[in-house]
Amino acid sequence: MSEPVIEARGLTKRYGPVAAVSGLDLTVEAGEVFGVLGPNGSGKTTTILMLLGLTEPTSGTVRVAGFDPFRQPLQVKRRVGYMPDAVGFYDNLSARENLAYTARLSGIPAAEVESRIMEALRKVRLDDVADRRAGGFSRGMRQRLAIAEVLMRQCRVAILDEPTSGLDPQATQELLELIGELRRDGMTIVLSSHLLGLVQTICDRVALFHKGKIGLIGKVDDLAREVLGGAYVVEVEAEGVDVPKTLSGLAGVGRVTPLSGGTFRVDADRDVRPEIARSIVSAGGALRNMAISRSSLDEVYVRYFEQVAHAA
Amino acid sequence: MQREGSPFTGVSAVALKEAADHMTSARMHLVMLLVLLTAVGAIYGAIGQIKATVGEDQFLFLRLLTTAKDPLPSFVAFLGFLLPLVSIALGFDAINGEYSRRTMSRILAQPIYRDALLLGKFLGGLIVLAICLVTLWLLMTGMGILLLGLPPSGEEILRGVAYLICSLAYAGVWLAIALLFSTVFRSPATSAMAALAVWLLFAIFWGMLAPLVAGVIAPIDQLDPMTAVHQLELQKSISRLSPNTLYGEMTLALLNPETRTLGLVFMSQLQGALMGAPLPFSQSALLIWPQLAGLVAAMTVVFTIAYVAFQRQEVRA
Repeated sequence: MSEPVIEARGLTKRYGPVAAVSGLDLTVEAGEVFGVLGPNGSGKTTTILMLLGLTEPTSGTVRVAGFDPFRQPLQVKRRVGYMPDAVGFYDNLSARENLAYTARLSGIPAAEVESRIMEALRKVRLDDVADRRAGGFSRGMRQRLAIAEVLMRQCRVAILDEPTSGLDPQATQELLELIGELRRDGMTIVLSSHLLGLVQTICDRVALFHKGKIGLIGKVDDLAREVLGGAYVVEVEAEGVDVPKTLSGLAGVGRVTPLSGGTFRVDADRDVRPEIARSIVSAGGALRNMAISRSSLDEVYVRYFEQVAHAA
Repeated sequence: MQREGSPFTGVSAVALKEAADHMTSARMHLVMLLVLLTAVGAIYGAIGQIKATVGEDQFLFLRLLTTAKDPLPSFVAFLGFLLPLVSIALGFDAINGEYSRRTMSRILAQPIYRDALLLGKFLGGLIVLAICLVTLWLLMTGMGILLLGLPPSGEEILRGVAYLICSLAYAGVWLAIALLFSTVFRSPATSAMAALAVWLLFAIFWGMLAPLVAGVIAPIDQLDPMTAVHQLELQKSISRLSPNTLYGEMTLALLNPETRTLGLVFMSQLQGALMGAPLPFSQSALLIWPQLAGLVAAMTVVFTIAYVAFQRQEVRA
């Protein structure tokens, strides 16, 4: 890993008195999948537009692939593929013609255009509808066509804004697989989403946005450990014993919170089910049920901002 | 802050794509059908009128374009009225259409500047207008040759081509206006209505407004005849703010070669003039030079305003 692909320092964007993004620091290394997560209106899209040079920051600096998006926008845009939120195509043109237009705009040599378009369409499995008008495409097909555009342009970096929004579960799954393929091709991927749980599986690192700032940044497991006290959640249902007191001393156990009806939630940084079972049984309790799951990013997010709100 | 890279990267790609889109769009076909039908009607009427009049005319072919037969107006009058409509049809949703189709941010994320998109759209529209005008002119010439049995003279062709260039400048002004409204208004319907309102203002009401305004600004003093001249000149200046007036004057000078002036002339200035004798083409061209320059300037100014508005726009819809 040489120099970072994307580097932002003190990035700020104000719309009048409102700061959409304030004092953002961000580094994305080559070859990683970076998730920009947060609720609507938290500054994700503004940040992405600033990375692309489509919106001018009020202050701060950005380097993308070693170029400044505001002085050398063409150099940056040549290396970065962008898939906007709710992407649109020219309805009266076919999928192939739509891609041919952007191919001409991005200066792909005429001799290569046709083969690159077909290869890209094949990868996103749209080759059998290449000559159908884009107007008849479903939302999922449009998103895939947008991915095909990124593929065709052979960019080093792909920035995907809300790639899964408005898709049904199957289309979402297909899209996530496609993103996985992009990554295997060696592309650096930045994707934004408000559906935290969905993208945690494919992101190497995530940044949680909150009101124009990055609240948390790092690997999902690290964040879970930091905020929740563990990357795993064990649900324990037991009787005849004081569960929180029994488990609090165990190694690897974070905090224990009571849920309803004698059930407790235990945050742990590894699989601690054997230890829990052993200590409950040895304390004379009856263990009724136990289930383990990975901490989800949604919980991290909610918990983190609860903490922020409490601290304030 | 200096930016690197040419702002013209991608202009030709955008222009050709826009031109191709227009040539295949149903909207354009309808408008051109309207223009074609009225043009054929006007020429047909003119031919009937010309055949009925006995007499020698050096510029019979030009009469084809300028002769009106009641109730039909002449071909040039039709074109002066309808060309703005064609331009507006081409341009009213140029920019806001990209937003409503949600293609704007995707296109601007390609390695081109915004300049290329706006300029490309403008040039694409101009290409289509030029093609339409040339086609129309060739059709009319062909119809004239067939029905009159006369080929046009060299001078008539020269004047015809000059007329085409002026028509393109005129249509260009309206294309720039439509483009401006499509940049300023986010809804294509609003921008179409605004452009049509301006069109109606200039095509119909401006001619009525100019004398009124001139009368208010420069009332005539019964004792001073120069005030009447002053008022008339002011009225002329006001009416020349309208591209339609400028276009009308250019058509007059080009297609009626005996036109000697487009403004007020005193008797003393006409001394030695052979009334009714045609001017050579070079003199007629000289006569319309200010009008043509004015139209091109208007086109540039309106386009520049649209350009500035577009550059300042936020990309996110």
